[in-house]
Amino acid sequence: MKKVKTLALTAFAIIVSGGMMLVGCNGGTGNGSKADSTANSTSDNDNTILGAGSTFDNPLFSKMFSEYNKTNGLKVNYQSIGSGGGIQQLTSKTVDFGASDAPLNGKQDSALSGPVVHVPVTAGAVVISYNLPELKDTLNFTPDVLAKMFLGEIKKWNDPKIAAINKGVKLPATDILIAHRSDGSGTTNIFTTYLSKVSPEWDSKVGKGSSVNWPVGLGGKGNEGVAGSIKQTPGGVGYIELAYAMQNNMAFGKLQNKAGNFITPSIASVTSAANITIPADAKVSLTNTDAPDGYPISGLSWVLVYKEQKYSDRSADKATKMLKLIQWMIHDGQQYSGALNYAPLSPAAVTVGDAILKTVTYDGKPILQ
Amino acid sequence: METTANNDLITRSENILERVITSTKIRDAVKGIKRIRRSHRQIRAENVFRRTLTIVGLVTVLLVMGIMLTLIVQSTLSIKTTGISYLWGKTWDPVRDIFGAYPFLLGTLLTSFLALFISIPFSFAVAIFLGEYYPKGWLPNLLKNTVELIAAVPSVIYGFWGLAVLVPIVRSFESSIGVDPVGLGIFTSSLILAIMVIPYAASLGQSMIKMVPANLKEAAYSLGATRWEVIRSVIIPYTKSGLFAGILLSLGRALGETMAVTMVIGNTSLIPKSIFAPGNTMASVIANEFTEADHPVYLSALIELGLVLFLVTVVINMIGKRLTKQFTN
Amino acid sequence: MSPHVKYRIGKSTGFQVLTVLLAFACVVPLIFILIYIIQAGITKINWHFLVNLPKPVGETGGGIANALLGSMIIISVASLIAIPFGILVGIYLSENKKSKLAYWCRLCVDILQGVPSIVIGIVAYFWLVKPLGGFSALSGSAALSIMMLPIIIRSTEETLLMLPDSLREAAYALGMPFHRVILKVIIPCGISGILSGVMLSVARIAGETAPLLFTAFGNTYLSTNIFKPMQSLPLLIFNYATSPYNDWHDLAWGASCILLIWVLLLNITTKLITRKWKVQL
Repeated sequence: MKKVKTLALTAFAIIVSGGMMLVGCNGGTGNGSKADSTANSTSDNDNTILGAGSTFDNPLFSKMFSEYNKTNGLKVNYQSIGSGGGIQQLTSKTVDFGASDAPLNGKQDSALSGPVVHVPVTAGAVVISYNLPELKDTLNFTPDVLAKMFLGEIKKWNDPKIAAINKGVKLPATDILIAHRSDGSGTTNIFTTYLSKVSPEWDSKVGKGSSVNWPVGLGGKGNEGVAGSIKQTPGGVGYIELAYAMQNNMAFGKLQNKAGNFITPSIASVTSAANITIPADAKVSLTNTDAPDGYPISGLSWVLVYKEQKYSDRSADKATKMLKLIQWMIHDGQQYSGALNYAPLSPAAVTVGDAILKTVTYDGKPILQ
Repeated sequence: METTANNDLITRSENILERVITSTKIRDAVKGIKRIRRSHRQIRAENVFRRTLTIVGLVTVLLVMGIMLTLIVQSTLSIKTTGISYLWGKTWDPVRDIFGAYPFLLGTLLTSFLALFISIPFSFAVAIFLGEYYPKGWLPNLLKNTVELIAAVPSVIYGFWGLAVLVPIVRSFESSIGVDPVGLGIFTSSLILAIMVIPYAASLGQSMIKMVPANLKEAAYSLGATRWEVIRSVIIPYTKSGLFAGILLSLGRALGETMAVTMVIGNTSLIPKSIFAPGNTMASVIANEFTEADHPVYLSALIELGLVLFLVTVVINMIGKRLTKQFTN
Repeated sequence: MSPHVKYRIGKSTGFQVLTVLLAFACVVPLIFILIYIIQAGITKINWHFLVNLPKPVGETGGGIANALLGSMIIISVASLIAIPFGILVGIYLSENKKSKLAYWCRLCVDILQGVPSIVIGIVAYFWLVKPLGGFSALSGSAALSIMMLPIIIRSTEETLLMLPDSLREAAYALGMPFHRVILKVIIPCGISGILSGVMLSVARIAGETAPLLFTAFGNTYLSTNIFKPMQSLPLLIFNYATSPYNDWHDLAWGASCILLIWVLLLNITTKLITRKWKVQL
């Protein structure tokens, strides 16, 4: 009995001391303080900001926050759980900021306890990516064909409707396997808003939103899940953000825009589509753009914060740090967009963003001057 | 001056003498008091300890009641909105606030029962092997421990392995039989679940089989039965309820399994058209959509799903436990 | 021997062969999985892997330090909550076989054992995340401790019930008070069973992901603050495995390898301890 007791005690001691050592070693880089009683995520005694939301922004954000941490020291913990998730967690006030590819709709607005501002931070294209390794040329898609594919009405790649817009391309007889988002997504919102605009059938049967009732297809979690799904399924096709497609060397198609031109999604074509007047609240949809060389499924991505920052036990210091972060993101942070295949904000968008940031207050007083 | 000093000395020595005489009495008295105080303290400590035990017992009951209450309270919004048709509603549409759990009920039942179906021959083989053929020895012991290790591997690792290894295999299998080569889906999840639940029925079955009284078996042997006939006609009927309990235990585990299934089931809210189609289980829907339920009815509908899952798994586990207890008594 | 008898004997041998084949076929997938994961992950593990933080997409050289530390902290806190409480409940149940409360308590422990982990995650979200206003390692630990309880309670109760009554009676006869009997005589005798229950429960929660999805939430940085979100090994594996980046997949394989070896070691150690010390009883 004594032997077992000492054995157990020594094992326990080893585990505990091992843990302590690790904690001690990393205490410098970690947040040493176990702080006060009921500190919640928005307390200010450590240098961390918590954000959640859009998976589209994730590659850009992870680069931006890592660079900002190097120069500024602020730690930003961003979890990419989907735009719907970002909005929900912001509503529950469990995160400091949310990130969404879709502006808040009426239902979400009414669930909030206070007004929320949308700051545009980047723009991107939602591309139609497919897995047909035997094809050498890029496929063309038209809005009509696209809607029918995602409605399940066109089932095979060598369907005459697809062949008609891709003259000279030998299409395989494989089945079309649709991949869509299983989680609430701003990317879905951009894509379904576009489809609703160009296809009345889609609008009546499915509609638009962050999470819709897909008539066909496989669900993947996040842009990551859909990209993974397409990559692994021959004949697979789905909608993902341009950045993900390029990062993973996936093929994506050209889409015919309102002016009738087949546009390749790229930073240039997104910037074209985004070159419109941005309203003061920045809630604008870039889909189905009128610009002749604009890519039709483009969208802005926003960072969402409460207009009045004094809630729960947020401190002025934390709010200021966060606003400075967002301000950096729309100015200096934009230099990282190009390399990661995101379109930098147009000067008009940056001006609107700055103006919106200046309206964010703490206890009634604007934080940034 | 001399006399006052002397007087002081005398009074001091008188005091000391008094103290010495009374001190022995006091020591005895103190010892007696201490003994009484110690037993009072003991009794108080005993009572405190007993009361602590009762409190922790009570807290456990309150904990479980709290879980049930939380689930019920949070689902009331959805129950009021959709009513009982939630259980057979075929559409899960968060945009239009139409919530029907039928596709997920179907997905859960399909994956679990298919997994059970695949795993039962193996579980029973292990149970019979260890309980009847080779109850002792180093090799059977090794087998027993390895089978128990199957249950120890974390679910997310099964999911990751399934995603990386099983899905391509199933995909090539599917294209060879002419079905959509998706790889993900009900069939793949059932395969992984089958592997994961083998240990539960196996270990319970093995202990049940070991409990068959030797005289029953010997009587059958003396009548000229072969080993197989003894198993079929004596052991299996005797342990029927115990084996059934083992199956229920495996089923309960399969129903609640989340991570491995979420990673390979394909995550579609449509009713699966075949076992090779993608689908969703109640647990995987909750895992996928919980953090993003952006309006109260949506969140409540997901929690109602959790409530249904909770009730189903609890009922099945309880029946299994009752059967086991009945059998061992 | 008549042909019919030969047929019956043949059937019997056939069944035996079938049983043996199926029984050993069970372990083939497990061994295959073990070998695959170890081989895929072992090459990724090196000192940098263990002490670095994950890098953003596109940069090489990331590591899983935050997940390793996070897992250890979350598991330690969960154990601190669950072990004393669970052992006390186990003692309560073994000492009170007839009382009404004990009956309900036992029933509740049975129910708790069957609750799916995702449901416990939901409950922890409403009990801890919402009121405290944020995700935290503490809420994750609380969810995990609820999952540990049935295993610890079960094994403590069964171990203590197996001890002969004469032990207790002898201690009472010597005039020992109740709490001394339990703490100084009964528990030390049953320590091996209790310890094995504790280790099994730790092994069980080491690999749990679902309850942490909406409680601990995940953290890209190293953190020791239990009131803030924290990363853990299973969460990291889940997030990175479902991503389309190859360098994140590599991280997930390395992490899976570590988690798998750790869990298996815990289980094997438990088995060795119970076998070794049970002989003494």
